[in-house]
Amino acid sequence: MTQALVNVPAKAKRGEVIEIKTLISHPMETGYRHDTNGAPIPRDIIHTFVARYNGEEVFRADLHPAIAANPFITFFTVATESGAIELTWTPDHGEPVTQTANITVE
Amino acid sequence: MRHNEPQRPATRRRFLAVAGGLALAPILVRRSARATPATMAAAIREAVGEAEVREGKITLELPPLVENGNAVPMTVTVESPMTAADHVKSIHVFDEKNPEPVIATFHLGPRAGKAKISTRVRLADSQTVVAIAEMSDGSFWSASADMIVTLAACIEESP
Repeated sequence: MTQALVNVPAKAKRGEVIEIKTLISHPMETGYRHDTNGAPIPRDIIHTFVARYNGEEVFRADLHPAIAANPFITFFTVATESGAIELTWTPDHGEPVTQTANITVE
Repeated sequence: MRHNEPQRPATRRRFLAVAGGLALAPILVRRSARATPATMAAAIREAVGEAEVREGKITLELPPLVENGNAVPMTVTVESPMTAADHVKSIHVFDEKNPEPVIATFHLGPRAGKAKISTRVRLADSQTVVAIAEMSDGSFWSASADMIVTLAACIEESP
């Protein structure tokens, strides 16, 4: 079960630059390790993270195995209007995980 | 081993040479799975193309002494007004001694407001990490950080 935590301010002034902190539980298996029998452990990482603000993409990260387990990413965006900030993590295997945070812009 | 040698009887020396070669093979394969300064340079060329990369405008914060390479805090900041006319388009982060030369690529735009990103990375060895920012005017700016890693990220060992 993949769980995501996001920290988006609930309120902001129009034009304010806000920080968005995200954390998702994921092993980020590199594909370079071997199990105790010497068999390679297949790669399973979150390869893409996208942030959309009312549907428009404002930030995207292409991730590689060098990103630590349980990827933690913080970035900034301009609070333009009230609405939803939608964050999506896409893993190699399984369904993308989406978390939405609402923001009120005054 | 040369392949165009004439056929020779299987002597003990030849057997040992072959056996030694086989024993070394897995080590060589593992070595080749690592990025080197050369593969990092190639990865940078692929991201940047023929453009000139200048030093400055970008700050790469990594601890100089890393106790645990499994989760190293990293912050990249680029000096930019982040307007529609002048902003950071992307930030690429490269390493020289992990199995792959690319750590991450971040895509930004004027809506970011501020070009600052933090994450946590894995470092397999003491090495130099390079961050390169691509600006909206097509220029590239770089920064690098050297660090000593005392406990490497478990990338190749068993969990």
